[in-house]
Amino acid sequence: MAVFSGLSERINHVFSKLKSRGSLTELEIKQAMREVRVALLEADVNIAVAKDFIKKVTEKAVGEEILKGLNPAQQVIKIVNEELTELMGSTQSKLVVSSKLPTIIMMCGLQGAGKTTMCGKLAIHLKKQGKKPLLVACDIYRPAAIKQLKIVSEKAGAGFFEQGQQNPAKTAKQAVEFANKNGFDTVIVDTAGRLHINEELMDELKQVKASVDVDEILLTVDAMTGQDAVTVAEAFDKALDVTGIIMTKLDGDTRGGATLSIKAVTGKPIKFCGTGEKLEDIEVFHPDRMASRILGMGDVLSLIDKAQEAITQEDAAKLAKKLKDQSFDLNDYLAQFENLQKMGGIKDLVGMLPGMGKLKISEKDIDEKELLRFKAIIQSMTPKERSEPKILNYTRKKRIAAGSGTSVQDVNKLVKNFEQTKEMMKRFGKGKKGMKLPF
Amino acid sequence: MGFFKKIIDGLKKTQQNIGFKLKQLFKVGVFDDDFFDELETLLLSSDVGASATLEIVDLLRDRLEEEKITDPDQAMNELKDILVEMLDTDPFEIKSPAIIMVVGVNGVGKTTTIGKLASQFKNQGKSVVIAAADTFRAAASEQLEVWAERAGVRIIKHQEGSDPAAVVFDALSSAKSRKTDVILIDTAGRLHNKVNLMEELKKINRVISREYPEAQRKNLIVLDATTGQNALQQVELFNDAVSIDSIALTKLDGTAKGGVVIAIREKFGIPVDFIGVGEGIDDLMPFDAESFVEGIL
Repeated sequence: MAVFSGLSERINHVFSKLKSRGSLTELEIKQAMREVRVALLEADVNIAVAKDFIKKVTEKAVGEEILKGLNPAQQVIKIVNEELTELMGSTQSKLVVSSKLPTIIMMCGLQGAGKTTMCGKLAIHLKKQGKKPLLVACDIYRPAAIKQLKIVSEKAGAGFFEQGQQNPAKTAKQAVEFANKNGFDTVIVDTAGRLHINEELMDELKQVKASVDVDEILLTVDAMTGQDAVTVAEAFDKALDVTGIIMTKLDGDTRGGATLSIKAVTGKPIKFCGTGEKLEDIEVFHPDRMASRILGMGDVLSLIDKAQEAITQEDAAKLAKKLKDQSFDLNDYLAQFENLQKMGGIKDLVGMLPGMGKLKISEKDIDEKELLRFKAIIQSMTPKERSEPKILNYTRKKRIAAGSGTSVQDVNKLVKNFEQTKEMMKRFGKGKKGMKLPF
Repeated sequence: MGFFKKIIDGLKKTQQNIGFKLKQLFKVGVFDDDFFDELETLLLSSDVGASATLEIVDLLRDRLEEEKITDPDQAMNELKDILVEMLDTDPFEIKSPAIIMVVGVNGVGKTTTIGKLASQFKNQGKSVVIAAADTFRAAASEQLEVWAERAGVRIIKHQEGSDPAAVVFDALSSAKSRKTDVILIDTAGRLHNKVNLMEELKKINRVISREYPEAQRKNLIVLDATTGQNALQQVELFNDAVSIDSIALTKLDGTAKGGVVIAIREKFGIPVDFIGVGEGIDDLMPFDAESFVEGIL
């Protein structure tokens, strides 16, 4: 997935050479921290921020007792991850809603950060909450920027307001009047991308801010930004006193270290992130997930979410009932396979699990084809065979094998796997509700 | 100096930071571990990346030792030499007919770069046609049309959402019949880890090879100078898909240093040929390793 190996691997490597018992020694921490530093820098965390962070973590880690069940490497990773999550902001932040309507949101950022697209995404997000947003075109410089926002607003089903190349502050003011007259409760002002060192254009933003009663000033930042992220964020914050940050293009394979740098330097909350090309692809920011992403530790929480999306509550309830009255059959098993495919296949899921780098799972170990084979086998069975797998004798198996283009051994393998899964799930079912993966 | 003034101006902002600190650092004239640690930090803060930084630091350490250099100015020059050697490249030359396909992730400035390139080739007396193969982003072809108009070149476009390969096909046919010198292909921004979008790019690539095999080919990736280490992944995956020949580094008029191109050169050997230093049509410069390094240091 990534060019660089994850932090867990690096740290495991360090500790594999050391034999630590009881508590973490200073030397061990120092060696581990060197790896943490490289991981942070490769993730584009600002070097000054990384230095501070490491100092803090070292202080905390030295002498810390190693918890039962954890090895020293895991202990260090745990501390690093906790600290990182804390630094990233521990709660998610919502958008401010003004007591005096309309609520006014102003976007700002460098060229190409994704402001115009994000306007549309915010509009969709707000519409889902029952709001009526109006998008206002104040990018009077980039060719076809106004047209782009117009198309975006149509796609999002939001209102649109423009006054051509007129002064943006004036346009913003008129837009608010327009919103008041036409019942829009939220105004989103798209502004031109600009360099933070272009004083003239920064002044223009200040004028827009002064012309209307702005509730939110959201700085849009490309998640792939490098060391310069800090300079940019500081400059925008100083000029406009931004109220929040939006990270875009987080659907790439970037580690997104810029997120941490910006948060550390400005102290402003990260409110949303853009996670795809479609207008629906907007997510509320999760600090804990970002932490493990920066460290290259897999995204366990996202995995759980993904699983929960694919397996609906209803399905889960049905399944729980079946387990209880022992009626889990091959039909349900088939449904499980389909769920797994919905989640993007095994390879995708494995990629999201932490520690998988260490296991070095090769393509042939995860046999997507086997999944398809299993599906074909079940689909070649009669309804009776599916609900009562016990009746499967050699003749039936031979017929099923021929029908699915497999062998009797394959059919036997499936039946065996099914029995094991059933057994496993019975045990699972007694415990917590929730995740039910058939493997 | 005139010609490079803009670059120098652009890079000056970065200079105030790192250049000043570097000079202070070298001035001390003691080249011990602390010195190299500090140098490492400075390079890292220019986005040079961990592995390229280590290589540069090691190289400098060796050279200072070998040649017994103790003079600060001389040491500084050694560092410059190392960086210039790493980045130096032959001038970007094309022979007609040439096809330049421009690729890159979203928002790096592909469309703007194409507008500027079109203008440059036009000024060199070449005939140019632009293929608007970004049929995905809203109003992308309108944006490109404005640039084509400014540059005074032809543009071939279809409707939003149509097949990009078909746009390219039409542009190639048109270019062949008119004996156009340069064909510039704008493609949709895509995050490099999106498999189906990379497949689309391969398809365009195949169409070009099939329809106009005699034309000279250049695949140009546009990188945003503000991008950090992810630029390495971008180059790697685009290079896997369509084999990249050249880099245009944009937005160098900000405070970003674009040091990641050093890491890219070290890892993939792909040269930077152009740098973008502003939004005007003439704000695209041929890359010059010495000016670039001069600007960084």
